[in-house]
Amino acid sequence: MHEFIIFTIGGLSAAGIYAITASGLTLTYTTTGIFNWAHGAIGMICAFTYWQMSIGWGWPSLLSLLLCLFVVAPIIGIVIEAAVMRRLEGVSEASKLVVTLSVALMLLGIAQWIWDPTTYRALPPLFNNETLILGSIRISYDDVTILILALVVAIGLRLFLYRTRMGVTMRASVDDRTLTSLNGSSAISNTRNAWIIGSMLAALAGILIAPTLTLSASALTLVIVNAYAASVIGRLRSIPMTFVGAIILGLSIAYSVAYLPQNPYIQGFENAVPAIVLFIALLILPQSRLRGHRQLRSREFAIRPTWTGAGLFCGGVIIAAVFLATVVSTADLFSLNRMWGLAIVGLSIIPIVGYAGRLSLCQLTFAGIGATVVGHLGAQGNPLSLLAAAGVCAAIGILVAIPALRLSGIYFALATAAFAITMDNWVFQLPAFNLFGHPYAPFGSGSLVFAPFRIGSLALTSKASQFIAGSVVFVILTLLVVVLRRSEFGQRLLAMKDSPAACATLGMNGRASLVAVFAFSAAVAGVGGGIYGMALGSASADVFQFFSGLSVLLVMVIMGLTSAGGAGTAGLYQGSPVFTNLFPSLTQLPLVLVGLGGVGVGTTPNGTIPGSLRPVWLSVVRRRWLLGLILTVVIVAWVLRLAGAISDWPMTIILLVDLLALPVPAYVVDYRANVAPPAFGLPERRSKEKRDEWFAQAVPGTGPVATGDQVPTLSGAGGASGT
Amino acid sequence: MGLEIDAVSVRFGGLAALSEVSLGAQDGAITGLIGPNGAGKTTLFNVVTGMQRPNNGTARLDGRDLGNLSSYKRARLGLGRTFQRLELFGTLTVAENIGVAASIAQRGIWLTRSKSRINEIRDELLDRLGLTAVGNDRADTLPTGTGRLVELARALAVRPRVLLLDEPAAGQNSEETERFSSVLRSLAADGLAILLVEHDMDLVMNVCDTVVVLDYGRVICAGTPATVRTDLDVQAAYLGTASGSTADA
Repeated sequence: MHEFIIFTIGGLSAAGIYAITASGLTLTYTTTGIFNWAHGAIGMICAFTYWQMSIGWGWPSLLSLLLCLFVVAPIIGIVIEAAVMRRLEGVSEASKLVVTLSVALMLLGIAQWIWDPTTYRALPPLFNNETLILGSIRISYDDVTILILALVVAIGLRLFLYRTRMGVTMRASVDDRTLTSLNGSSAISNTRNAWIIGSMLAALAGILIAPTLTLSASALTLVIVNAYAASVIGRLRSIPMTFVGAIILGLSIAYSVAYLPQNPYIQGFENAVPAIVLFIALLILPQSRLRGHRQLRSREFAIRPTWTGAGLFCGGVIIAAVFLATVVSTADLFSLNRMWGLAIVGLSIIPIVGYAGRLSLCQLTFAGIGATVVGHLGAQGNPLSLLAAAGVCAAIGILVAIPALRLSGIYFALATAAFAITMDNWVFQLPAFNLFGHPYAPFGSGSLVFAPFRIGSLALTSKASQFIAGSVVFVILTLLVVVLRRSEFGQRLLAMKDSPAACATLGMNGRASLVAVFAFSAAVAGVGGGIYGMALGSASADVFQFFSGLSVLLVMVIMGLTSAGGAGTAGLYQGSPVFTNLFPSLTQLPLVLVGLGGVGVGTTPNGTIPGSLRPVWLSVVRRRWLLGLILTVVIVAWVLRLAGAISDWPMTIILLVDLLALPVPAYVVDYRANVAPPAFGLPERRSKEKRDEWFAQAVPGTGPVATGDQVPTLSGAGGASGT
Repeated sequence: MGLEIDAVSVRFGGLAALSEVSLGAQDGAITGLIGPNGAGKTTLFNVVTGMQRPNNGTARLDGRDLGNLSSYKRARLGLGRTFQRLELFGTLTVAENIGVAASIAQRGIWLTRSKSRINEIRDELLDRLGLTAVGNDRADTLPTGTGRLVELARALAVRPRVLLLDEPAAGQNSEETERFSSVLRSLAADGLAILLVEHDMDLVMNVCDTVVVLDYGRVICAGTPATVRTDLDVQAAYLGTASGSTADA
């Protein structure tokens, strides 16, 4: 009984922290409609700032605390709202979700940049472990403080939302934004207030929870998953229910630590409890009612690829791969080799996120599953193990999809995140278990070794051959995705993304299509995992972590969610040694850049490739001589490099000029002639004839005015009104 | 047989959006459903298509009770609709919008569907509604009036038995409306039951065989256009007083 009470108090104290952070999350969501994935990251930044002030610089704790809560946190909130959130009109739900994800990644990168993660830091508890003794039970003052603070936050929020003018207008703007602003309350100031209060609550929770964890940026950012579980129990609406959710969560974590049997199979399970609670909470959510929505002109589109375009792209990929494989040094090739696996994971994002509009955050997890299958079945280098990986991932994909796809928007994204985190924290860490009579440990004892693939008697042992093989698999899968987009099935997916209500009233049951596309995406990701594993040689579960998957997703969003070129870029960006070679000291730079790019997605919702590079290259394709010229330059540079006449840098410069600069004049000519669509944010050009034609349509009766027609004049109108 | 709506009631909290509404749409006839804004017309459509569960009452299609069937199952029984606020597949072209619908109607699995049959239906509808010229335009770039024609074409592509049209002529110019009414008549002549919600009274009075008037969720009048036109309750609902003018709104 004594033990039970102690664990209960510990659980309640944790629940207090979850409640504080989750109520901030709920508040921002209800008032702005944006689900803030960066909520945990904001708390993390504030916890680090608090550490810096109170420990690093030795300022008084209370002063540091007040500064963090009332200066730093509000500033972060204001900056995020002004710089990022205001630009999201007309952007799809998936992109909106991605924007705050990128804020989270950027904050994570910045924190690791400023505070080197390899240095140990700890925040002491507020009261130095002093305890309050009640009978035979000792309760730390920290726990007491947390419980009191949670109560204060609960009561304070209630009073704020129901008794103050600011709170009431914030609630009103939830019901109807437009109407509230018509009634004289500024929508922007409401949104800003929500972000300020949300950030303050995140900061408070971050500072309170930091002493119980070591001060680690990624751990503190992930605490947010616990808050998601609490918020989802409150259905992202009700703050009292959010508190109930926090208590359920805090107690289930405490009791699972206390009462679950101690064995290696259960160990990781405890870490996965929040994600599992989240998953269960999502599954018992009532399904949202089908309703129409106001049709906005979407700023996003999924280009229907032509076979010529796909052929050119795939040919280009293979040429580039052969080029690189023969030119790049073996050491760099070792690292560059990782790109195809990640590029294929990027490719797997296109059908489910780009076409079907469902934000899946577990594609890298499927790659992890695929990698374990290939690692175990392909020990002799059998490439058919890739097909097995696709099959296993598709099957698991179906199992995940059937419960998860009844959810939409943010709830679906959360369900996939919960799946990913459960796999990371628990399943991937499992020691060997019995699977169909064979002992099976997902990642062996820490890391899994991959044998090079063999095709017939040919073993792909050299890095160059693996690199080219990777590009071939990428190209094959790209063509599959092109087939999908061009098929009726692909059109149905886009239709469902555009209007679920219309699909239903046409007699289409979208569930089967969605399950199918999710399984397809999972299968592609599984193949990617196998290729990635082969490139790495040996892989641990860390490689397939949730956060790494987010980076791939974000590069895809920046370059274009429906673009195979975007997938290639994602692989190149994550896998290539470019950044580590150029800026060896700035290890966090890629993360910060990805975050920054993702933040900008509101301005270029289609991504860089379809929005800018594609129109430019179309101008090249229109001029076969220019295409020929560009290819000739590539070949000449290649021959010169192979012959040793030029070194790496001159070659890189020649290629960059050839591939990026040469097409631009052609594009400018086409743009001015109104042949090419606007790229790089250029304005749309309208020819005079087109403008006149449009005007004549829009305003009937305009056109050349015949003499003698009655033309209404101002004086005439004034006379008619009478005085 | 067509569609029968039997004593349907819907309440949103304290507001009775529909109270005991009964009406029918016969095969081969156009039934007009008119009433001031907020009378419950769109809510009634939502009930019939399964997007809104009624508190009471049922809808029957060819005598079959639709009960709690989900929207897509109702659609497969032959119930088609268009939306007051456009629900086009904005990122697809006009032709693709209609093609997707035609392929849904074919059912069966992907490989067994006849591509040529789908194209045939699509091209025929593009032609019938005068959309051939915009066939390759993205649907969300169209003016509202044209968008409504695309919605109609899309609804027709699944070969419905009963068609619910929610303000299909709003945003159309007079020429388009003219074309539209002849399309409606030819559809009715093909045997479709059409339930038409519309504010363009000329159109309603011209094409409808029967007109039902809703006000505050109740049927206040039903009959031929001529009867409805002279009904005092209808005039009161539209004009606020029972003055002698016609009910043109």
